[in-house]
Amino acid sequence: MGYFLRRTGFFVATLWAAVTLNFLIPRLQPGDPAEAIVSRLTGKSEAVDPRQVEAIRRLLGTPDGSLLTQYWDYLGELVHGNFGLSYTYFPYTVTEVIGDAALWTVVLVGVTQILSFVIGTLLGAWAAYRRNSRVDSVITLGSTFVGTLPFFWIALLLIYVFAITLQWFPDGGGYGGGSTPGWSWLFFSDAFQHSVLPALSLLITGPIGWIIGMRNNMVQELGQDYARLARAKGLPQRRIALTYGARIAILPNVTGFAIALGSILGGTVLVETIFNYPGLGRLLLESVSNKDFPLMQALFLFTTIGVLVANFVADLLYGVLDPRVRRTEAA
Amino acid sequence: MSSTSNVPAAATTGAGDTELAGVAAVEAGRSGRVPGWFVILWRNGKCRLGLVMLAGFVVVAVAAPLVTPYGPRVDDFGLSEGPSAAHWLGTTARGQDVFSQLVYGARTSLIVGIVAGVLSTVIALVIGLTAGYLQGVVDEVLSFLINLGLVVPVLPLMITLSAYAPVKGLGLVIIVIAVTGWAFGARIKRAQIITLRTRDYVTAAKFSGDGTMRIIFYEIAPNMTSLIVVGFMGSALGAIGAEAGLSFLGLGDPQTISWGTMLNQASAGGALLTGQWAWLVAPGVVLAGLITSFTLINFGVDALSNPHLRED
Repeated sequence: MGYFLRRTGFFVATLWAAVTLNFLIPRLQPGDPAEAIVSRLTGKSEAVDPRQVEAIRRLLGTPDGSLLTQYWDYLGELVHGNFGLSYTYFPYTVTEVIGDAALWTVVLVGVTQILSFVIGTLLGAWAAYRRNSRVDSVITLGSTFVGTLPFFWIALLLIYVFAITLQWFPDGGGYGGGSTPGWSWLFFSDAFQHSVLPALSLLITGPIGWIIGMRNNMVQELGQDYARLARAKGLPQRRIALTYGARIAILPNVTGFAIALGSILGGTVLVETIFNYPGLGRLLLESVSNKDFPLMQALFLFTTIGVLVANFVADLLYGVLDPRVRRTEAA
Repeated sequence: MSSTSNVPAAATTGAGDTELAGVAAVEAGRSGRVPGWFVILWRNGKCRLGLVMLAGFVVVAVAAPLVTPYGPRVDDFGLSEGPSAAHWLGTTARGQDVFSQLVYGARTSLIVGIVAGVLSTVIALVIGLTAGYLQGVVDEVLSFLINLGLVVPVLPLMITLSAYAPVKGLGLVIIVIAVTGWAFGARIKRAQIITLRTRDYVTAAKFSGDGTMRIIFYEIAPNMTSLIVVGFMGSALGAIGAEAGLSFLGLGDPQTISWGTMLNQASAGGALLTGQWAWLVAPGVVLAGLITSFTLINFGVDALSNPHLRED
């Protein structure tokens, strides 16, 4: 159990570090972000809940009391799930705004990440199975080449070709003016139409990491003694590649996948901004340009926690899948 | 390379390969005045192509005023024009010459790549080497920092940091990139020094009374040169991409002409709608070209540290 205990310890420690980082960043800056946002909020025509104003002060730091009492107040607000009001989406709270956007990002990125993983792993395994053949060099060189292209630029080109020139798909947004969000067929098909281009731009560069990783791992595994023994026994090549090589080579990719799911927000800021997609990434950029600090801090915290949880799950999963890791860490 | 005499015993490890490469490099260098490491890089076909491409970018960036007749900010041309003999890639929505911006933009990308690459390599070196050499509590703390740096999502952190900054500038972009991008290099360097710290020459240095810092940075670090170079190339590559991304999002320095800001303005200035494909395509192509040149050079640098990968 030493391995799992150690991983849990690391998770708790990083969680604390992330929460503390989130506390320190706004306080390191010159000026007073809390008062700036409070005075802008109170400038709104409607009345502002004083409790929310207090929460914002505690989260972003108004210099009253020592740093230690500020830290204590800040943790208190977090524990109660109180992240203050969004300036941009007044009078909604930060939690409500993030909840609305999260679904869009989770669906878009979740689906594309799973597809990228499946496509990339299959292509990588194929390249390794046929290594040094033409298939291998097309896959390897092709993905290296595509990997050098800036993917936000690919997204711009997709809009130019498919949305503006050919007009096959809409050029942005999450759904059209004709439909309203709800459980209707019309809305779903509309949302799907809007998600094709953002998904495509994520799918073009998405599988590359999996392809390279899977190919390299599997080439290495197929060179091991046990694979040579299997060949000497006269097992068919396909069986050696799939049930011997691929099964072990996929292990590092599985942990990589959990991490990729956690970094949902990081990767989509660019795509969501380009396509004006109503998800978390665009929300983050919007909060930055509006200096909507409570929203921005909460988004940063949620993203970081998402990545940490995913990492933790990946570590646990890896320990279960590959007993060697548990032994080496314990030693 | 004072330690080359005890190479054969250690030749099976990665570090031994580095030292062997050093020997080969010295021998190769004797034939002419060209340094040995350069000979190895040049012999590798992919790397040669990368070096030529990178040299091309550097020449264009340095000689920018000679390459293009217009300044990048001169805005007295027609608005949103297509490509013509006077303006090879057309003009922007503000009436600036796209080609000139492209040429001057190479300066920004190279500066950010080199400076941010050096900064994050230095941070990675100091933290990674100190952690791996000292071990114990220091290692526990620094390794935690490294792992933390690896898991914190980089782009949101960069965005959050640059959002609070009172002044936007190229310096800020560089610092933000360096501060967020050192962790991966530090982890690799830590792993490497753990295999080197018990070598005879380190023990010898200890007995002759050298200080810890001197042992780490004068005795051990030179034996990791190729690892450090690969790390620098990776950081520079990441920095160039990050600058383009941040500038594209409008979080970079609005006063600096860069390929990222060009794409931002092309997108905002309606290049998609007015059909100015050259304005949109060109910055992406050169960005991809610069990244490709770094990737190709890395093939050669890998060969420097692993003789099996060499092409003769």
